[in-house]
Amino acid sequence: MGKIIQKRVLIPKRVTEMTIKAPVIASKARPGNFVVLRLSMKGERIPLTIADADPEKGHIVIVYLIMGKTTALLDTMKEGDVILDLCGPLGRPTSIKKQGTVACVGGGTGIAALHHIAKGNFQAGNKVVSVIGARSKDLLLFKPELEKISHEVLVSTDDGSVGHKGVVTEVLEEYLDRDPDVKEVIGVGPVPMMRSVARVAQPYGIRTLVSLNSIMVDGIGMCGSCRVNVGGEIRFACVEGPEFEASQVDFDELMMRLQAFKSQEKESMELFEKKELL
Amino acid sequence: MQKKAKTKTKISPRVSMPMLDAVERGRMFSEVALGYTLEQAVSEAKRCLQCKKPTCIKGCPVDVDCKGFIRMVADKDLAGAFARIKETNSLPAICGRVCPQENQCEKTCKLRPTGQPIAIGRLERFVADNYYAHTSCEEETGADSCVPIDESLKVAAIGSGPSSLTLAGYLAANGVKVSVYEALHSPGGVLLYGIPEFRLPKSVVQREIDSLKNLQVDFLCNYVGGKSMTLPELFQQGYKAVFLGVGAGLPRFMNLPGESLIGVYSANEYLTRVNLMFGYRFPEYDTPVPPGRNVVVIGGGNVAMDSARTALRLGAERVRVVYRRTKGEMPARQEELEHALEEGIELEILSSPLSFHGDDQGVLNKMVLQRMELGSPDDSGRRQPVPIEGDTFSLDTDLAIMAVGTGANMVLTQTTPELELNERGYVRADPETGETSMNMVFAGGDIVTGAATVVEAMGAGRRSAREILKRIKG
Ligand SMILES: Cc1cc2nc3c(=O)[nH]c(=O)nc-3n(C[C@H](O)[C@H](O)[C@H](O)COP(=O)(O)OP(=O)(O)OC[C@H]3O[C@@H](n4cnc5c(N)ncnc54)[C@H](O)[C@@H]3O)c2cc1C
Ligand SMILES: Cc1cc2nc3c(=O)[nH]c(=O)nc-3n(C[C@H](O)[C@H](O)[C@H](O)COP(=O)(O)OP(=O)(O)OC[C@H]3O[C@@H](n4cnc5c(N)ncnc54)[C@H](O)[C@@H]3O)c2cc1C
Ligand code: SF4
Ligand code: SF4
Ligand code: FES
Repeated sequence: MGKIIQKRVLIPKRVTEMTIKAPVIASKARPGNFVVLRLSMKGERIPLTIADADPEKGHIVIVYLIMGKTTALLDTMKEGDVILDLCGPLGRPTSIKKQGTVACVGGGTGIAALHHIAKGNFQAGNKVVSVIGARSKDLLLFKPELEKISHEVLVSTDDGSVGHKGVVTEVLEEYLDRDPDVKEVIGVGPVPMMRSVARVAQPYGIRTLVSLNSIMVDGIGMCGSCRVNVGGEIRFACVEGPEFEASQVDFDELMMRLQAFKSQEKESMELFEKKELL
Repeated sequence: MQKKAKTKTKISPRVSMPMLDAVERGRMFSEVALGYTLEQAVSEAKRCLQCKKPTCIKGCPVDVDCKGFIRMVADKDLAGAFARIKETNSLPAICGRVCPQENQCEKTCKLRPTGQPIAIGRLERFVADNYYAHTSCEEETGADSCVPIDESLKVAAIGSGPSSLTLAGYLAANGVKVSVYEALHSPGGVLLYGIPEFRLPKSVVQREIDSLKNLQVDFLCNYVGGKSMTLPELFQQGYKAVFLGVGAGLPRFMNLPGESLIGVYSANEYLTRVNLMFGYRFPEYDTPVPPGRNVVVIGGGNVAMDSARTALRLGAERVRVVYRRTKGEMPARQEELEHALEEGIELEILSSPLSFHGDDQGVLNKMVLQRMELGSPDDSGRRQPVPIEGDTFSLDTDLAIMAVGTGANMVLTQTTPELELNERGYVRADPETGETSMNMVFAGGDIVTGAATVVEAMGAGRRSAREILKRIKG
C-alpha cells in the first residue's frame, strides 16, 4: 500500500503523474473521488484527486502541481518509495448517468482530475466533449489520454500555440451554441476558470457542476476546514462535495479562504528550499 | 478500615492535587494537574466512609467499584485496586483525567452534601498511572487468566475512539480477535485530536493503545468505513460482528454574517491542527495553526475551554470565552473552567455573536455581539437566554473559535443506506445492546448519542461487547 509504481514528469518542475499501489482504494475509486496523503511524521495532510484507477492491478493515478512544501516533497520521491499515509477514496463520487452529451471542461492541472470524470461518462455511454485549456502548448496536460475517452477534444491556449487562442470558456461557449444536446457541464480547474464556466453555462440552463478545492485537514467530515458557501449555506466539500452546482457557489469566498495560510505556506516552502526542513 | 464519621463537621477536606503554577503553565503544553503522591492518595482514600450502601458506583456509567478500589488504595494494595477498576473500566488513566466526576461518581458519593466528596477520579488516575508498568493480560482485565485469542472469532470496530477501544479490550480479553479500523493516520479519536496534551498527555492514550496491541488487537489506520470497505464486505471477510464507533462529526456554525472570514475557525479544526497535526510546532511540523493575539472563543463546554487554553499556550495576549448563559450553566468540566480562569482566561457571559467583520483581504478584525438575559425556564427547567433588545457591543479580535457543538459524522452513514438514522442523522441503536437496524452491526458513543462524554462512550462499547460475545460464543 502506498508504493510508487511509476513516476512520470508531465511538465518539468511543475506537474508530475504518479501511479501508486493502493488495491483497496483502487477497487473502490469512482470518478470525482480523491485521496488524502501524508508523507512524513511531521507532514501535512493534503487532498489530491484520483485521476485514474485500475482495480485489476490495484493502482491509482495522481497528478499534482508543485505548489508548496508538501507537493515539492512529494516530487522528491522516486519509484519504489512508499507514501506514509494514503487514505481514500474520499468525497462523493460524480453522479454519472446515461443522458446524452456531457461537456467536460478542464484547466491547468484540473485537466488530469477531470480525466476520471470524463472516462466515467464515456463508459456510461454518454457523448463526451472535453474542452481543455492551458497557457501554452507545453503546459497542456492529458490531451492524448482524453482523446481515447472523448468523442471530441477541443483545445485552447492563452498564446494560441495550439487550438483556439484565448480562454477555455470561449471554446465552451462556442460549443454550447453549436450543440443543443448538451445535458451537463462539468468544470475542474483554477477557481477563476470555474467561475467563468458557471457564468458561461448559466444562460443555457444546463446543469453545471464544478469541483471545489477548498483547504482540507481530515477530509472525513470532522474539522470543518473545507467549508464553502453554496446557495448561501455552509457546505463541506470533503463529505458533501467536492462537486457542487456551479451557479450556487460563492467563488469569491473560496478564493479568499484559499489564502488563509499564505504567509505560513511561504515560510514553509522557503525553509524547504534552503534544505532546512525535510 | 477507619471509623465512620458521625457528623458532617468531622469530615476533613479533600486532599488537593498538586498543579503546575497557573502563570507558568499558561504558556506550555505540559499536563496541568500533576497527580497525587502515594501519601496523598492514601490519605484521600482514608476519608472514604466505606458506606454499607455505597452510592458512588451508581453514578459511574461503567460501574467502577469505587468503594472497593478506594479501600485497597487505603491499604496500599495498588495491584488489587488496579485489577478492581479494570474489571469494568478499560481506560482508567484517561477517565480519571477527563470524566466530569462532579456529575457522575462524585455527584452520587454520600459525602457530596458536605461539599467534599471523595476525589474518586484523582484516585482512579493515581492507581492507573502508578500501576502501568505491568501489562500482562490478567492485569489488563482483572481476570485470573486470559482466554487465548481464537482467530476465527473476528470482530471489526470502525473508529478508534473510547467506545471502540473499550469494546476491543473487553472482547480481546475474552478471546476474540478484534480489528480496529481508523480513518485518520493515528488511533485514539477525540482523545488524540480533540483533548489537548496539557489535559490528557498523548503518551497516556498511546499506553492504552499499546496495551490493547498486547492483547493482539489490530489497528488499521487510513481505512474509511463505508468508503474503503462497506459493512457487507466486512462480513464477507469473516467478521462476525461490526461495531460502529465513528464519533461526532461536522462542527456547527451559526450562519452569521462574516463567519467565513479568515480568522474564524471551528474548534474541531483549530484543535485538530494543534493536537493531531502538531501545528504548535510549525514550521518543524508542516501544518500551520492560525495565529491569534486577541482571541474570542464562542461556547461554554469542554471544547471551548480546551480551545481557549490552547490559544493562550500558543501566545495569545488575551483570550475571552463568550457564552450566552451564565457561569453556573456552563457545561464544561468544573475543574477545567477553574483552571482556565486561573490561567487568566476571561469570561464574557450573557452574550452571543451577531456578526464578524474583516479587512479588505477578508481577515477578521472585529465581531459584534448581543447582550442576553436569562428569561423564563424552558421544558428542561433551564432558564433560556433572551436578547436584550438594542444592547449590542463589539470586541476587537483576530481569531474567533466556534465551539458551539457538532453534528453527526456522515462519512459512513451516507454510504450505508441500510443503516437507520434518527431525524438528526445519528445512528439508531438499542440502548441495552447497541444493536442497529442491521443484523450484527452495533453502534455506540457520540455517533448514537451526539456529543457526550468519554466514559459514556466506553459504557456503550462495553454493553455492545458483552452482547456480541454472548451471540458469537453462543
Ligand atoms: C478535493 C481536492 C482535490 C485536489 N486535487 C488536486 C490534484 O489532483 N492535483 C493537484 O495538483 N492539486 C489538487 N488539489 C490541491 C492540492 O491539495 C494543493 O495544491 C496542495 O494541498 C498544496 O500543498 P502544498 O504543501 O504543496 O502547498 P502549500 O504551500 O501548502 O499551499 C499552496 C496552496 O494550496 C492550497 N492548499 C494548501 N493546503 C491545502 C490543503 N491541505 N488542502 C487543500 N488545499 C490546500 C492553498 O490554496 C494554498 O495557498 C486538490 C484539492 C482538493 C481540496
Ligand atoms: C475538545 C474536546 C474535549 C472533550 N473533553 C471531554 C472531557 O473532558 N471529558 C469527557 O468525558 N468527554 C470529553 N469530550 C467528549 C468525548 O471526547 C467524546 O464524547 C468521546 O470521545 C466519544 O467517543 P467515541 O468512541 O464516540 O468516538 P470519537 O472519540 O469521536 O472517535 C471516533 C473516531 O472514529 C473515526 N472515524 C470516523 N468515521 C470513520 C470511518 N468511516 N471509518 C473509520 N474511522 C472513522 C474518527 O476519525 C475518530 O478517530 C471532549 C470532546 C472534545 C471534542
Ligand atoms: S470511570 Fe469516571 S465516573 Fe466512573 S468512577 Fe471513574 S472517574 Fe468516576
Ligand atoms: S459513596 Fe463516597 S464515601 Fe461512600 S463508599 Fe462511595 S466513595 Fe466512599
Ligand atoms: S476537511 Fe475536515 S471537514 Fe472537510
